[in-house]
Amino acid sequence: MKNSLIALSRDALFSLRDLAPIVFVIAVFQVFVVKQPVSGFWTLLVGGLLVVAGLAFFIFGLRIALFPIGENLAHALARKGSAFWLFTFSFVLGFGTTIAEPALLAVAEEAAEVAVGAGVIANDEAAIARYALGLRLVVALSVGVALMLGVFRILTNWSLPVMIIGGYVLVVIVTTVAPPEIVGVAYDSGGVTTSTVTVPLVTALGVGLASSLKGRNPMTDGFGLIAFASLTPILFVLLYGIVRQWT
Amino acid sequence: MDLIHASLVFVWDSASDVLPIAIFLFAFQLFVIRERIPNFRQIVVGFVFVIVGLGLFLVGLEQSLFPLGRLMAQQLTDPAFLESVHGHVRESLVWQDFYWVYLFAAAIGFATTLAEPALMAVSIKANAVSGGTVGVWGLRVAVALGVGFGVALGCFRIITGLPLQYFIAAGYLVVIVQTTMAPKLIVPLAYDSGGVTTSTVTVPLITALGLGLAEAVPGRSPLLDGFGLVAFASLFPIISVLAYGQFAVLRGKK
Repeated sequence: MKNSLIALSRDALFSLRDLAPIVFVIAVFQVFVVKQPVSGFWTLLVGGLLVVAGLAFFIFGLRIALFPIGENLAHALARKGSAFWLFTFSFVLGFGTTIAEPALLAVAEEAAEVAVGAGVIANDEAAIARYALGLRLVVALSVGVALMLGVFRILTNWSLPVMIIGGYVLVVIVTTVAPPEIVGVAYDSGGVTTSTVTVPLVTALGVGLASSLKGRNPMTDGFGLIAFASLTPILFVLLYGIVRQWT
Repeated sequence: MDLIHASLVFVWDSASDVLPIAIFLFAFQLFVIRERIPNFRQIVVGFVFVIVGLGLFLVGLEQSLFPLGRLMAQQLTDPAFLESVHGHVRESLVWQDFYWVYLFAAAIGFATTLAEPALMAVSIKANAVSGGTVGVWGLRVAVALGVGFGVALGCFRIITGLPLQYFIAAGYLVVIVQTTMAPKLIVPLAYDSGGVTTSTVTVPLITALGLGLAEAVPGRSPLLDGFGLVAFASLFPIISVLAYGQFAVLRGKK
């Protein structure tokens, strides 16, 4: 109990240090460049304290829950030796955490507006909702596939640089035939898919898997899952744009 | 009172994000692995901390940093502000006139990345797995430098209107060259750091900056040109982390 308290207050001190740069940047620009008065000083202060406390709680919970359970599952799945369950687990983890991702929701809605502007879909609510939902499903599917690919790579020990760079070469080729209005959305969707809860779990999965397989180094083989999860959404969304153009 | 209400709403939101994942993990453990969950009580307590922590973190951001950051992004890209600084009219602004925007973009990209919880998670793990070779702080600063540079360059692209894919393709060429020269140990981590940088804190702020900029610059459409900053912010950390690895090797040789 006492140890947990010490760990928690240490995390709080660290979050204070982590947030200091943001406060500094905003303060300097506010005072020297924008020079506009700021209202609600107390709200800002309380908000800042909530951010510090929240970050400390999150990191603490990460250490005692997300990391252990993620690694424990990876070890257990590796011991079980069933590729089927390993792939099922990675696909569901990727698909399930992405479909509910708030950042993705926002991007999907903006992308639907772009599509209306480009005349790809009709300007009515049903068509917009369908387009946005389709996009979310495609991105979630792509993250599920990405984690499966990443786990497949750890199992087979294929070269990560070759797979990732090959993937981006494919992206560049597909970009040349994709409708221009989808390109910005597609490239951004690679970045928004990996959320704060998914990343620790996925990292624990990769590292746990690599450390329980013989002849794998957790440092060189355990990482790389998130790289796939940032690559496949770009490709899938570009393809979605191409397909939607025809229909 | 409002704040307490808002906090409850955000904690509820984060619970509805995290609980399905927790239930899935528990179900998998019980029905597929068929083992009891070790340290079950500790795990449950940890999940409560994750949910409450994420909720408070988001409500705090929403109350303090986000409104200020968005306001500043608007003010810095406001045509009236740009005219007052440079004394010429909106139509004759050239890309050099936006130096405050570049500076702000780089600084805010750098600072928000240091506060990104997902990046902390990966750094903690990388530090433990590498036996201390990869420093928690070093990795995070390397990633943050990459994001800062990426966001500033992304703003330059919005202002000049050059095609996004040229920059991205050129960036990946650099990544390919660096991959062949960087130590093998750092490569997978570098590739991962592209994806982890852009989540809770960074995305809302730089998206506001991109949209504001695309609105302020004549001839840009926010819908077509406002996107793409996140892509820059995920590409350049790969380059900067690979460089961090190369630098560490060089320093080791001396």
